[in-house]
Amino acid sequence: MTMERAFSGLMGLFSLFLVYLAIGYVAPIAYDPIGPRPYPILIFSLTALLTLIIAFRPARFTKVIDLGYNNVVLRNLVLCVSALLIYSLIFEPLGFVVATTLMCFALGLLFAGNPIKSLIFSVVISIALYVLFDIALDVILPLGILSGIMG
Amino acid sequence: METFDFLMQGFGVAMLPKNLLIALIGAFIGTVVGMLPGLGPINGVAILLPFAFALGLPPESALILLAAVYLGCEYGGRISAILLNVPGSAAAVMTSLDGNPLAVQGKAGIALSISAVASFIGSTIATIGVVLFAPLLAKWAVSFGPAEYFVLMVFAICCLSGLVGDQPIKTAVSALIGLGLATVGVDAVTGIYRYTFDSVNLSDGIQFTTIVIGFFSVSEILILLERTSTGGKIIAQGKRSLFNLKEFLFSVGAMVRSGVMGFFVGILPGAGATIASAMTYASERKIAGDNGKFGEGDLRGLASPEAANNASACGSFVPMLTLGVPGSGTTAVMMGALTLYNITPGPQLFTEQPDIVWGLIASLFICNVILLVMNIPLVGVFSKLLNVPNYILIPSIAAISFVGVYSINSTTFDMVFMVALGIFGYFLRKLHFPLSALILGYVLGELMESNLRRALSISQGEMSILWSSPITVSLWGLVVVMIFMPIIRKMYRKRFKKTAA
Repeated sequence: MTMERAFSGLMGLFSLFLVYLAIGYVAPIAYDPIGPRPYPILIFSLTALLTLIIAFRPARFTKVIDLGYNNVVLRNLVLCVSALLIYSLIFEPLGFVVATTLMCFALGLLFAGNPIKSLIFSVVISIALYVLFDIALDVILPLGILSGIMG
Repeated sequence: METFDFLMQGFGVAMLPKNLLIALIGAFIGTVVGMLPGLGPINGVAILLPFAFALGLPPESALILLAAVYLGCEYGGRISAILLNVPGSAAAVMTSLDGNPLAVQGKAGIALSISAVASFIGSTIATIGVVLFAPLLAKWAVSFGPAEYFVLMVFAICCLSGLVGDQPIKTAVSALIGLGLATVGVDAVTGIYRYTFDSVNLSDGIQFTTIVIGFFSVSEILILLERTSTGGKIIAQGKRSLFNLKEFLFSVGAMVRSGVMGFFVGILPGAGATIASAMTYASERKIAGDNGKFGEGDLRGLASPEAANNASACGSFVPMLTLGVPGSGTTAVMMGALTLYNITPGPQLFTEQPDIVWGLIASLFICNVILLVMNIPLVGVFSKLLNVPNYILIPSIAAISFVGVYSINSTTFDMVFMVALGIFGYFLRKLHFPLSALILGYVLGELMESNLRRALSISQGEMSILWSSPITVSLWGLVVVMIFMPIIRKMYRKRFKKTAA
C-alpha cells in the first residue's frame, strides 16, 4: 500500500467522523432555513468521497511519488518536529530568549551547522529578536526564567 | 476621467513618506525571500503579516507592505534561477531554462538586467490593466447578490482544480480541506459551536495566521530539511552588467506580448504566475520558430516568463479587489489580512474605501519602479545573500514564525496547533496536494457558507435561487467547463506532442 493511499484513506475516515459530528449540529431555534448543519455535512462528505476515491482508485490512475526517504532523512524529520514541538511547549515557561536559543541551536545542528558557530548564532539571534519584537515592535514576549535577572 | 482622479488620490496615499518607506522595505524583503530557494511569495507574505499588525499599520499601509513583498518575490525568483539554476520560487522555473545557460556563457549580468526590465514591463502593463479593468468589473459586480457570490466562489474553486496541479482530484481535496477548516468555531448565525472539541482556543475558529504560518513556514522547514545538499555554485556576473539597445529591442516584443497574456491569466482565479510563465514561454518558442535558441540561452525565453509571472501577480489583484475572490494563493493571504482588519474585499470596496484600493494600485506602480532601480545595481548584494548558510537562515525563519503566531493570542496552544498543521501540510505537500488551493478554500470558506445561507434565507429555502439569474446560469456553465478542463488539457497536450514529434 502506498503512502498516498494510506494517507488519503485516513483523511477519508476522519472526514466521515466529522460528518457524523456535524449531524449533531442542530440549532435550538431556526434562524435561517438551512441552519448550521448542512454545510459542514456537504463539505466533509465531498472530502470523504474524493479522498476515498484516491485511496482505492486503480493503480493506472495514480502517479508514483518518490518520497526520497532514507533513515537519515527520517531521523532528521522526527528530530526537527520534536524540536519545534518542544520549542512551543517551553516558549512560555523558559521564556523567549532561552527557548529560542535552544531551538535555534538544535535546528542549526540539524541543518549541518558547525556546533560552535551555531551556538554563537543562536544566542545572538535570540537576543536580537527579543530586542526587536519586545522593545522595538511592542510584541510582548515572555521572559520566563530570565525575568528575575532582567527585571 | 473619474478613474484618473481616483488614481491620483491613490498616488497621494502611496506617496506618503511612511508608505514609501514601507514599500521600499517590503520590496527589499520580497526580493530576498523570492530569491531564496524554497521560500516563495506566500511564505514572505505569511511571515510579514504578523509584523504588519505588530507595527499597528493602518490597513492601506499593511496592504502596501504585503503587495511590495509579493512583487519583490516575483523579481527575486529570477536571481537564483539565473545564477544557481535553482528557481527561487515556482514561477521562476521557466526563467532558469534560458537564464542559466546565459549565465554559463558569461552573460549573467545581461541576463539579470534584461529580466529585471522584463519584470518591470510585465508588471507595468498588468498594473495599467488593473486600472482599466478593475473599476469596470467592480461596477458590474455590485449587482451580485448572495446567490451569485456563492456560485462565483464555486467557480473559483473549480477553476483552481481545473488549472492547478497535475491531479485535479487532489486540488479539489485541498480546497475542501480549506473550506472545512473554515467551519471550525462558533457559527455566526446560530451560536452553535462546530468542531471545537470543547476547547476555548478553537471557539473563535482557527486563527488565520496560525493556518498560513503552519501550512507554509513549518512545512517548508521540513521540506528544506530533506534537501540537505544544495551544492550549487553561484556564477559570477560576467563582463557586462547591463544589456545593450540591440538586446533590448530583440526581446521587447516578447516582453509586451507575455505581459498582456500574463495579466489575463492572472485574472482567472487560481491560475497564477506558474501557469502564466509556462504558457508564455511555450507560445514565444512557437513564435520564434527555428530562429530561436530556446533552452540554450535565448533572451526572449528569459524575458517572456519573467514578464508573464510579474504580470499575472499584478493581474491577480483584480478579482481580489473587485469580487473578493483572490486570484492566487498569495492574494488569498492578503485578502485574509484584510478580513483581519474587518474589511471585506468586494465591489463595495471601490466606493467605500477608495484610499485602500487606489492606494494599493498606485503603490504597485511605485513598487515596480523601486524594484527596477533596486534590482539592477544591487544585484551583486542580493547574490551575496544567497551565501547565507541554512543553519542561520532556517532557525531565524522558525523563530520569527513562532513569534508571529504567538503575538496574536499569546497562547501555547496556538504554537502547538501550528506545528501540528505544519506536519499535516508537510504530508499534503509530499503527496502533491497543492496548498495554495487549501488557503484559497480557507479564505473563501466563511464567505461561501454565509452567502449560501443568505441566498437561501432570501428564497426561504428554495434551492432554485442558486440557478435562477442569467449570471448564475452562465457561472454554472463555466463551472462545468472547468470540471472538464483537465480532460481538454490532456487532449490538447496529446495533439501538441504529436505535432511536435
